[in-house]
Amino acid sequence: MKSSVIIFPGSNCDRDMDVALNKYGFKNKMVWHNDAELPKSDLIVLPGGFSYGDYLRCGSIAAQSKIIKSVINFANSGGLVIGICNGFQILIETKLLPGALLRNKYLKFICKNVFVKINNFENKYFKNIKKNILELHIAHNDGNYFCSDNELKSIKDNNQIAINYCNKNGQISEEFNPNGSINNIAGLFNKNKNILGIMPHPERMIDSFLSGKDGSIFFENLINNLK
Amino acid sequence: MIVDEKAAIDHGLKKVEFKKICDLLKRIPNITELGIFSAMWNEHCSYKSSRLHLKKLHTEGKKVIQGPGENAGIIDIGDEDAIVFKIESHNHPSFIEPYQGAATGVGGILRDIFTMGARPIANLNSLHFGSPQNKKTKNLLRGVVSGIGGYGNCIGVPTIGGQTCFDESYNGNILVNAMTLGLVNKNKIFYSKAAGTGKPVIYVGSKTGRDGIHGASMASAIFDDKIEEKKPTVQVGDPFTEKLLLEACLELMADKSIISIQDMGAAGLTSSSVEMASKGNLGIELDLNKVPCREEKMTPYEIMLSESQERMLIILENGQEEKAKKIFDKWNLDFAVIGKTTNSKKIEIYFDKKRVADIPIDFLSENAPLYDRKWKISKLPQKLKFNKESFKSLKIVDCLKKILESPNICNKKWIWEQYDHTVMADTIQKPGGDAGVVRVHKTNKAVAATVDSSASYCYSHPLSGGKQVVCESWRNLISVGAEPIAITNCLNFGNPEKEKNMSEFVECVQGINEACKFLHFPIVSGNVSFYNETKNTGIKPTPTIGGVGLIKDYKNMVTMDFKKKDNFVVVLGKTEGHLDQSIFAKDILGEKKGPPPEINLFNEKNIGKTLLQLINNKLIESAHDISLGGIIVAISKMCIKGNKGIKIGKFKGLINKFEYLFGEDQGRYIVEVNKDSLKKVTEILNKNSVHYDELGILTEKDIIIDERPILSVEELKKLYNSWLKKYMI
Repeated sequence: MKSSVIIFPGSNCDRDMDVALNKYGFKNKMVWHNDAELPKSDLIVLPGGFSYGDYLRCGSIAAQSKIIKSVINFANSGGLVIGICNGFQILIETKLLPGALLRNKYLKFICKNVFVKINNFENKYFKNIKKNILELHIAHNDGNYFCSDNELKSIKDNNQIAINYCNKNGQISEEFNPNGSINNIAGLFNKNKNILGIMPHPERMIDSFLSGKDGSIFFENLINNLK
Repeated sequence: MIVDEKAAIDHGLKKVEFKKICDLLKRIPNITELGIFSAMWNEHCSYKSSRLHLKKLHTEGKKVIQGPGENAGIIDIGDEDAIVFKIESHNHPSFIEPYQGAATGVGGILRDIFTMGARPIANLNSLHFGSPQNKKTKNLLRGVVSGIGGYGNCIGVPTIGGQTCFDESYNGNILVNAMTLGLVNKNKIFYSKAAGTGKPVIYVGSKTGRDGIHGASMASAIFDDKIEEKKPTVQVGDPFTEKLLLEACLELMADKSIISIQDMGAAGLTSSSVEMASKGNLGIELDLNKVPCREEKMTPYEIMLSESQERMLIILENGQEEKAKKIFDKWNLDFAVIGKTTNSKKIEIYFDKKRVADIPIDFLSENAPLYDRKWKISKLPQKLKFNKESFKSLKIVDCLKKILESPNICNKKWIWEQYDHTVMADTIQKPGGDAGVVRVHKTNKAVAATVDSSASYCYSHPLSGGKQVVCESWRNLISVGAEPIAITNCLNFGNPEKEKNMSEFVECVQGINEACKFLHFPIVSGNVSFYNETKNTGIKPTPTIGGVGLIKDYKNMVTMDFKKKDNFVVVLGKTEGHLDQSIFAKDILGEKKGPPPEINLFNEKNIGKTLLQLINNKLIESAHDISLGGIIVAISKMCIKGNKGIKIGKFKGLINKFEYLFGEDQGRYIVEVNKDSLKKVTEILNKNSVHYDELGILTEKDIIIDERPILSVEELKKLYNSWLKKYMI
């Protein structure tokens, strides 16, 4: 399986993602934002970080970068694209995913472990996954998902919610919402479920010495589904 | 502008210093030259009050690759790996503008590390704020924390540890000390020493603006009522550009085109160019019209003294300019050839085709003033005689509750959750433990780091306090299973022109040095911050020590959370019950006098080495050093982290139980041992003549003293987690 991680100036989880993808059997390539063409890939990853400094809305400049046109074409033709943290913000700015990611509710950067519950298993990312509640790690300033009532209705009608913040037993409520996201949304699909944006970082949870190892479950499952 | 004595004084120079400049030059300097002298001769850059004492420091060791005098210190951690690290202060700017002050503090120390060819792998910070009741404290804390996070999070280096203290002596002068560790191949280290004449001098990074002009001089002055007017001297940070600069520099460093490289930190282009030339015993010629400027009509004076951030000066091999420029173009950074090295041993500056400064380099460096300031030996305060009868009205549980909720002991999660501490995916011990630990990428090794200070001890008796901080650092490293290797220090003091402050400095440094020598724990880098004084009130002497250690196999790392019910809990080291200067004395009895606990370096070393041996033999389940608040606070934290309780057995000996539980005797650790290992552990302790007490055994959830449950672990957590969160609302 071939994957590509796009590096924007200011990306800072690109290496971590490369390590994780290689560990679970992907042949990964790093792609520079100023390139026009994507290498042949089964999976494209937009990594976390602060692309172009995120001095404007997070992800907005990256959404105008040279490589992004190829990413959009790849996604629109059904290719798998995953955006993590800043990558999720970029997917929203490119309109590949609906809604917006606002400043966290308490206006602070949050770095900690959270639990998320998988909402939709009918896709390449979560089909056959061993656990339906994962302990993952978040580290962001702007992860407060927001959308209009109409958009939310459409998101729900099309079963686009990927994961919700919850407690370790899977209970989804405001108490376990770290950043104020509507309906505790931590990750979202497009209608076709080939594009996934999530705030948590599975690449930081790939062995028990790190914050945990539920990230491994995610990657192992993903490559098995792609084989 | 006329240059005279008054202009010199306005630049922070003394009358005699101005006279010395005129004598050296055999003429009156022009305004640009005066600016350059004032930048190089201030306390911050010249170390004029501290140099004499710093020379005596213990800086050598088998593992030291680079000691003080470079951008940062470097230690060997085996194979081809080396760790570059340093701590630096950004106190004055952070008080004036907390967000930018703290952010650029982080930016500055990061540059010191990657200038040497290292990729930064961890940040730490040591923060001291005024009393929580002081009206400025909350906003300063909020601003500093978001500034540190704003910079470190963006650049993608994990912040793995730190400390935050509150004391009224910092009401008018907060302390913001930032430390960074980087990883470098020991055969590919870059230094700031220039070599060869006619080599191109390259400016890279951000453009130069008017921000931070005279920042270094500001950092060398005391504060008065008009401090708010100094806001324009605070630099503005741009972590995104720093990230690009980091990647571009490391890319250029992959080949051999760089002769030397230096970041533009305090005193900007002035100190970087002078230092490079001075170390190489060369001259340097700069054409300021070629410097990329952000603002129009900047004068040579402004360009030379700007402290705009995210800039570097590089001396390249001839003919490498094009190749290097391509890399900086790729990262969208400015790249300009602004001068060359010469054999004149002078700094010569041109602007609009005129020579605007012409100063022999040694006038700025070697001939900088050097002061042997007055100081005297301070007496050890007399030990207090506590009235133990009065303890009878106290309850252990009430004292413990009050201490766990107090600002200096409580959980600082509110702070460190705002720092990305897991990016780079190698953080194996997060903030909140004894030391932060990161793996050395793709190896089995891990590096542990800690920052510590003990201002009350240092204030009470500087010599003992200085020793104590080093020992505290050593213990924190050992507690996670790391072999302590070396330290960096940030020496925060008041006004060195006052005998009291200078004495504090000299004696703290002596104490630090004595401990470092004995423990073979050399000092490889550091920074001095004097003039932490507002309206005649100075801070308590606050040397901050950043310690670094190595764990050869990260799987042997130890954490402080209690692991398993029924395991034994043992205190290593002897408890005498020293209460003077303890949290118990201050917070419960309201007693601030008395000497700090005594340091016995022999025991310290012996116990530390023995614990390390126990850990390496996999005999220890958890470990934590005993510091502020004594045994009871140490075990409370271990219970909270591990979600366990403890049953403490009968108190042995004649010692009063308050003294036993709250005393802050040094050189002690709490360790958890399982039943099967206990015999082996006690054998090794006996063999090494380490005093130990079997304290108790772990329970499901209750803290039991004298057969009575006093608190549950849930209650402990609530108390420990409450204060800061409530305070910051």
